[in-house]
Amino acid sequence: MATHRIELSVNGAKQSAEVPSRLLLVHLLRENLRLTGTHIGCDTTHCGACTVLLDGTPVKSCTVLAVQADGREVTTVEGLEKDGKLHPIQEGFWEKHGLQCGYCTPGMMLSGCALLARNKSPSEAEIREAISGNLCRCTGYVNIVKAIEYAAEKMRER
Amino acid sequence: MATPRTSPEISGMGHSMKRKEDPRFIRGRGNYVDDIQLPGMLHMDIVRSPFAHAKIKSIDTSKALKVPGVLAVIDGPTLAKYNLHWMPTLMSDTQMVLPTDRVMYQAQEVCAVIATDRYAAADGVEAVEVDYEPLEPVIDAHKALLPSAPVLRTDKKGKTDNRIFHWEVGDKSATDKAFKDADVVVAQDMYIPRIHVASIETCGCVADFDRVTGKLTVYMTTQAPHAIRTVFALVAGHVGLSEEKIRIVSPDIGGGFGGKVPVYPGYVIATAASVVIGKPIKWVEDRMENLQADSFARDYHIHAELAARKDGTMTALRIKTLADHGYADAAANPSKFPAGLFSICTGSYDVKHAFAEVDGVYTNKPPGGIAYRCSFRVTEAVHCIERITDVLASELKMDPAALRMKNFIQPDKFPYKSALGWEYDSGNYGAALRKAMDIIGYEDLRKEQAEKRARGELMGIGISSFTEIVGAGPSKHFDILGIKMFDSCEIRVHPTGKAIARFGTKSQGQGHETTYAQIVAEELGIPASQVQVEEGDTDTAPYGLGTYASRSTPTAGAAGAMAARKIREKAKKLAAHLLECSPDDLVWEPGKFSVKGAPDRFKTIQDCAFAAYTNHPQGMEAGLEAVSYYDPPNLTFPFGSYICVVDIDRGTGMVKIRRFVAVDDCGNIINPMIVDGQIHGGLTMGMAPALLEEIQYDESGNIQGGSFMDYLVPTAMETPAWEVDKTVTPSPHHPFGAKGVGESATVGAPPAIANAVVDALAHLGVKHVEIPITPEKVWRILREKGVAE
Ligand code: FES
Ligand code: FES
Repeated sequence: MATHRIELSVNGAKQSAEVPSRLLLVHLLRENLRLTGTHIGCDTTHCGACTVLLDGTPVKSCTVLAVQADGREVTTVEGLEKDGKLHPIQEGFWEKHGLQCGYCTPGMMLSGCALLARNKSPSEAEIREAISGNLCRCTGYVNIVKAIEYAAEKMRER
Repeated sequence: MATPRTSPEISGMGHSMKRKEDPRFIRGRGNYVDDIQLPGMLHMDIVRSPFAHAKIKSIDTSKALKVPGVLAVIDGPTLAKYNLHWMPTLMSDTQMVLPTDRVMYQAQEVCAVIATDRYAAADGVEAVEVDYEPLEPVIDAHKALLPSAPVLRTDKKGKTDNRIFHWEVGDKSATDKAFKDADVVVAQDMYIPRIHVASIETCGCVADFDRVTGKLTVYMTTQAPHAIRTVFALVAGHVGLSEEKIRIVSPDIGGGFGGKVPVYPGYVIATAASVVIGKPIKWVEDRMENLQADSFARDYHIHAELAARKDGTMTALRIKTLADHGYADAAANPSKFPAGLFSICTGSYDVKHAFAEVDGVYTNKPPGGIAYRCSFRVTEAVHCIERITDVLASELKMDPAALRMKNFIQPDKFPYKSALGWEYDSGNYGAALRKAMDIIGYEDLRKEQAEKRARGELMGIGISSFTEIVGAGPSKHFDILGIKMFDSCEIRVHPTGKAIARFGTKSQGQGHETTYAQIVAEELGIPASQVQVEEGDTDTAPYGLGTYASRSTPTAGAAGAMAARKIREKAKKLAAHLLECSPDDLVWEPGKFSVKGAPDRFKTIQDCAFAAYTNHPQGMEAGLEAVSYYDPPNLTFPFGSYICVVDIDRGTGMVKIRRFVAVDDCGNIINPMIVDGQIHGGLTMGMAPALLEEIQYDESGNIQGGSFMDYLVPTAMETPAWEVDKTVTPSPHHPFGAKGVGESATVGAPPAIANAVVDALAHLGVKHVEIPITPEKVWRILREKGVAE
């Protein structure tokens, strides 16, 4: 199988890898780079457990080839905390009990981050729509909405 | 909610303490099974049957073995050499690990490919060539019992039909007589569809057999690691695996809901492969395998009848049910309960006579039976009684709330012996329903409904006043494969007064690391932040039966309190020694013993802990630790009343939940924030089968909802903003009065929604709608009644 040399930035760090054409971004992250916070929950691009930011846009990394990330910037859950300080979205999820098993959480938080980057004061309906590509089986979404509202407020204060 | 006894620093019961497990999850630092990578680890992928019933004529692995990276293919005959091709189910039935001659359901495991990475393993699966000869499948549960149906379990000597069991409970003749004497009798058929838990993490394992030490470590997605270890020892004892050399580790689990209780063939094949190859083997199923082959829930065809007097007093309940178990009886029920706790079907009502019977049948579908956030068939029972209660209300033209109020078991009747033999511990059903009615504004909603109806708008109000039965259970009646359903806790207090507490259960998101620490904090006054909770490693945790059926707080939580109390007893002696007084002169408040009448003479629990290792009295053993195996005297009976308001779109048939008020009573509460979270999640998993989810099969046994494309797990868009509240009626027999809550909402919500939809359509003559109530189903009704827009 053909392989390709790719270079990308992951959470601000330069990475280069020799990858097979068919390698999925999610496997590059999880297995080659051992960033296991990005999860896999389906095979039909429905669950969003694998959500990462690609140049700031949320994508489902199970449906992106590693080669498509060549020359681009990827943010995973491991990149949210900066200098030992939690991102407001992380604080929000902890404060508001926005997670139970934690499996959907990294993807949820990244979808939330992408929303807050383009909309500082989202309504409940806008939050629900922004996370509608991320399934959570545990929380019933009520506290996830509150967690994102909490983060929005924190980020407005800054 | 009573004010907590402890300070926020200690954070015992009643504090909404932030979760101790969250710091790792919000950083992506959880450790789920697929995150585990061991040196030299190989990957396994599974070839599955496209047919529901077929003879395997041949399996050709030659092409697969030529795929780069593929090392081996394991099939039924390979396992048969070690006599590992069959395994017991949790109901003492038998199930194939891999077939030697026949497949019995679509997506059944046929053989497994071992390769150096997951892509190569998947290539190998594609390259395996299996020649099948399709056989006539049995799909319809009703037809399974016809004499003309092919007998499926020909592996069982002397089996001449597809019946698994006939089970009945109650006084049949007294019930029949009550029906004869009744003023009114209503009857309703209802089907509780087959559904799947679909936890966002699928199932998998990493099996690691060390050839030098002979030790097998299996990291696996299991809710019951200790029982699994024993099952492994019993099943594989003959190939030299002995229980002290088996370690099951249940790492972080991405949701379980019962789907991670059974032993799936994949675990066994990966383990066998690791033993044979001598390397760690990882197997993680994909979503389609998960939905198509893993344990399902429900699939109950119910015929219910309710008898009553003219004034609405219920007098008798009679239920006949056909249960489709698939190819094997692999329901994770307690052994003596083939229909689980379905006999809770008299619900919250003082029904004097009842009789229920269930027939279990084999069909060509995957095995399973109860796994969907439900304590053993309680959801089926609750749907049945809550739905038929509304059918009765409509027959009598009574308000469904008033009918419920009239028939509730009254608070002074507890402990209450039900007609089908349960002793309900405590309850105040009327208070919960009244509270829900007040919050939602029931009487005003009825007025609004009347006005809307006059304008042709479709609005419905539905009630469910459920009683749960959880916390299995007293060892007299409850066991799984003979292992009694106690649970356990072991606490060690370190010299500096911090503690570690280990439990026989396993959280899958319920927050045990926090709530268990709070229980210990409540009992010992050691801050919950300083109590490290561990579960899931059979080498270190005490033996327990695991987390399912809302049993953790009623059993292991109770064990935590009992172990802590043993420690407190010893600490008291240490305090008396330090204070040079008699233990009888000491009074306890969380965190310290003080001398009666001299409150400034005291010793903290930390002082006692230090003394236990540095200055213990002569004749007393050093150390401060205790273990408790808690065998509950009874089950617990959480309850609640839910009210749902729906609006129905006459153009599309879409049901919109406008409001949903849930008043739950789970006894005393450890962490209110976590309890609310459990209820939010449970309600969403109650709405799912009511409106969206169903796994169907066509007549050839092809699954119709085998991926997230068409198996519709609710998103944030369909899920309403749940409104939750509580009443508190402590369990009288539980050490701290708790009852368990994980499943109440899943059990209680579906009939509230179904009742609301039927209520919205009642004036059109609709008496019942089967769940899931999809827009299509509703639209067909609207069209038939001539009101579709
Ligand atoms: S793993 Fe489900 S969307 Fe990517
Ligand atoms: S917290 Fe478990 S899936 Fe969302």
